[in-house]
Amino acid sequence: MTEQKYKFLSTPRRPVEDRRFVAGRGKFIADLDRPNMLHVAPLASHHAAAVINGIDASAALAMPGVVDVITGAELAAAVQPLMNGLNTPNVRRFPLAVDRVRYAGEWVCAVVAESRALAEDALEKIIVDATPQPFILDAEAALLETSAPVHPEHGSNLLLDRKFVWGPVDDDFDAAAHSLSFSVTWGRNSTVPIETFGVLAEWNGWDQMLDIWASIQMPKYADQIARSLDLPGNAIRVHYDVDVGGSYGVKRGIKHSVLVGYVARKLGCPVRLIEDRLENMRAGDAHGPERKFDITIAFDQDGTVRSMKMRALDNAGAYAGRAPFQLGKPISAIVGPYQINSVAYHALSVTTNKTVQEAVRGFGQAPTNYAIETAMDRVAKYLGMDRLALRQKNLIRKDQFPYLIPSGSYYDSGDYHAVIDKVLAAADYPAMLAERDRLRDAGMMAGIGIAACLEPSGGNSSFEPLLNQSNQTSTWMESCQVNIDALGKLTARIHTTSSGQGHETLVSTVLGEVMQIDPELIRITRPNSLESLPGNSPVGSRMAIMLGGAAARAGEKLKAKIMAIAAHRLGVAIDQLRYEGGDVLAHDGRRFTWDEMVELAHRQYHNLPDGMDPGLASFDIMQVPTGDALPVDDKVQMYPCYSFEFHLLLVSFDPIIGRPDIHSYVIGHDCGTVINPAIVSGMTYGGIAHGIGAALFEEFAYDTNGQLLTQSFLDYLMPSSHEVPAIQIVKHCTPSPHTVFGQKGSGESGYLGAPAAVSAAINDAVSGLGIHFEKLPIRMSAISDAIAAKTS
Amino acid sequence: MNDVTLTINGKPVSGVTEPRVTLLDFLRDVAGLKGTHAGCEHGVCGACTVLIDGTAVRSCLMLAVQAEGEDITTIEGIGGSGARAGELGVIQDAFCETHGLQCGYCTPGMILAAEALLSVNTDPTEHEVREAISGNICRCTGYVQIVDAILLAAKRLGQRNDAVPSDATLA
Repeated sequence: MTEQKYKFLSTPRRPVEDRRFVAGRGKFIADLDRPNMLHVAPLASHHAAAVINGIDASAALAMPGVVDVITGAELAAAVQPLMNGLNTPNVRRFPLAVDRVRYAGEWVCAVVAESRALAEDALEKIIVDATPQPFILDAEAALLETSAPVHPEHGSNLLLDRKFVWGPVDDDFDAAAHSLSFSVTWGRNSTVPIETFGVLAEWNGWDQMLDIWASIQMPKYADQIARSLDLPGNAIRVHYDVDVGGSYGVKRGIKHSVLVGYVARKLGCPVRLIEDRLENMRAGDAHGPERKFDITIAFDQDGTVRSMKMRALDNAGAYAGRAPFQLGKPISAIVGPYQINSVAYHALSVTTNKTVQEAVRGFGQAPTNYAIETAMDRVAKYLGMDRLALRQKNLIRKDQFPYLIPSGSYYDSGDYHAVIDKVLAAADYPAMLAERDRLRDAGMMAGIGIAACLEPSGGNSSFEPLLNQSNQTSTWMESCQVNIDALGKLTARIHTTSSGQGHETLVSTVLGEVMQIDPELIRITRPNSLESLPGNSPVGSRMAIMLGGAAARAGEKLKAKIMAIAAHRLGVAIDQLRYEGGDVLAHDGRRFTWDEMVELAHRQYHNLPDGMDPGLASFDIMQVPTGDALPVDDKVQMYPCYSFEFHLLLVSFDPIIGRPDIHSYVIGHDCGTVINPAIVSGMTYGGIAHGIGAALFEEFAYDTNGQLLTQSFLDYLMPSSHEVPAIQIVKHCTPSPHTVFGQKGSGESGYLGAPAAVSAAINDAVSGLGIHFEKLPIRMSAISDAIAAKTS
Repeated sequence: MNDVTLTINGKPVSGVTEPRVTLLDFLRDVAGLKGTHAGCEHGVCGACTVLIDGTAVRSCLMLAVQAEGEDITTIEGIGGSGARAGELGVIQDAFCETHGLQCGYCTPGMILAAEALLSVNTDPTEHEVREAISGNICRCTGYVQIVDAILLAAKRLGQRNDAVPSDATLA
């Protein structure tokens, strides 16, 4: 194993962040108070669609403690519309509804008061005169020309309609012995952090500066706020030293931030908005993809899968935002881990009168993996072939890397067959099969779920130029600064908030490894956005690759300077020196110590090499490995690294009750070189828990009136410690050739395959009854109803 | 407005508050103890868990005025404080050892739920641990490393010489 060659990397080390969190000393957004701070509470629309005729806030404004009521009309006159990812200029969006509301829960206006409680009291006094309008909830219906557009100015509900053909799809279908078609639907769910979104803004008119503290995970957050507020970029100061209480993609918060930024500037006071749970669930812009797949797959009698046609229709909700791009990321792994020669992909995104879709863990990859893995199970069933054997036959082999997939990305490395073999051994697969049969003999429904999939990681956001040709994005850089102070201690600066990913541990471990210094002695700080180098926040499983890479490279630059100082001091060539634990050793045995080096660099300019700058500091702004080009002919290298995971689980349930019980869950995981084992394992366990939720419980369900039914934790069910079983992780390491240590991404691990695997297990359990569950989540009521319908 | 006097982490605290203010908001906004977190504010997620006389209670479901005279332990009462800040209690240390957390938001509630369990059951089974934290939702960890942490803490507490069952002791 490659792990052996590292001193700190890949070794069991405590994440440094944990100490403050176990003591309740994290610094979350709701923990921050500013003097004379005002509070915002938004008024939610009761209608799924309505024209706003007027808003009477006079009674609210007359209440003691109420400072202001902001309407959409006021805001629209003062700020620019929020940014759309695609060229949809007539799908205009402001933080508050302007003239019409487009989903139940949309913010109509906002009360500013001396306390949140007073602001909520005042909401009840506001009278909104609104005329209900026709609305649409279903994505297929939204596509019909007869359906009223959610945005009449846009002319239709279509946000994205792109057809890609990669490779000889027609030829491959003609040549294939069989084809089959099916549809599956990924229900609207989300990762729902326990901390809701919050933001605090404070305007200083003397400095012309807007300070912002927020629980964000958002690329280019400060830029977007500056654009909306018509402020120079250097008049927005986002403080990155805020701990984010979970995000998994969803803590975007642009509308909240533009709203409070505007109010703070208007009133000259610090202003805070912390969503309550209801606001978070219905209008937090945190719903994930809701996606219907229509798939036709072509294959031979021996199980060789030749080609796939996939139509993916996404329900983006009431506004455009960044949601349609979630149909783009899966292009980077559109064939999964399989040798599929050609693909036709039709990506459609439509507006409906539902809450706005935002980025969720995996950025659309988990739904697509669910569709691909369902296809593999269907093919196996059609052919009467073992599901595992079918996968093993079609998997890309170790000797085929780098492997070019039809849509233009090279997969970097992997050994999928070896990972699967390890999992089968660890799980004792024959015993698992026997246990399934024993459970069936005992009258239970029992099934085994299998899923293999990839985690694209560290990307260049290339889905932006691929889906929007006016977008010329070809970098998604990340940065790190390192300083050695005059007493010889290291401090590194990172330029983002974190939401549990352990970035301080990542950077201190990587720097410790490069500098051969105990990571516990390295301090990590998070300056504000004006004191930061460019970065793109922890999205797309990128930070181990990109922040870890930038930290390592910054460390190497420092080391090079240290070696040059030592060579000069000792009067020998650099190639005759060896760096060892901070000291530099000459071939003749002389030692130039760390302390001497620090003394020279900080105080003795006359002893430094000619022309060398004093001090010991470095920085690195790292470009995405392999991410050097815009798309050509609808193809592009999207991600440098591809992690692999293989899920295997056994489920059983009583045929009348239908409540799934997961007996055993084993996952094989290969994310290359691991920086911190406990962090990677934790991500994987948590991802599986999210996946179990998506497969069995979680859905933002709407009634026929367009009202969100699941808007509290009593209705939107999440897995507890009873629903998530003990999970066994089987580790494998195939280093990436593109990264400094061979690391790949792991932030979305588990989640990308668990929904497919759990669905497969349920479907295996009911396969004898001829039942196919074609929509997630598969709730226990759906299971028991389907069985009852077949057996009554 | 009502006067409320209660004991928090061994110290008497008094405050004036509206009758509608929850114990959660009182702890955070009046007592200034920000370690108790709001998650759902309707009693499901457990992020606001505190101990009242050693029993785990959701502070979002209790009004501050109902807590009059009660003896409350928050996360700030676990482990060292003041000059001993930085000293972890046994359960906290175990959470660090197994990385039984990620974002840290549900963590105070989890640790207090563990505290409540281990104060009455010094040698819990895995099932008992899962039962004890089943009212606390964690979205990061899938609970695996949390269960590991609590079992590790139980083992270490059992090996201690001073026969103190819990670690709300580092005043």
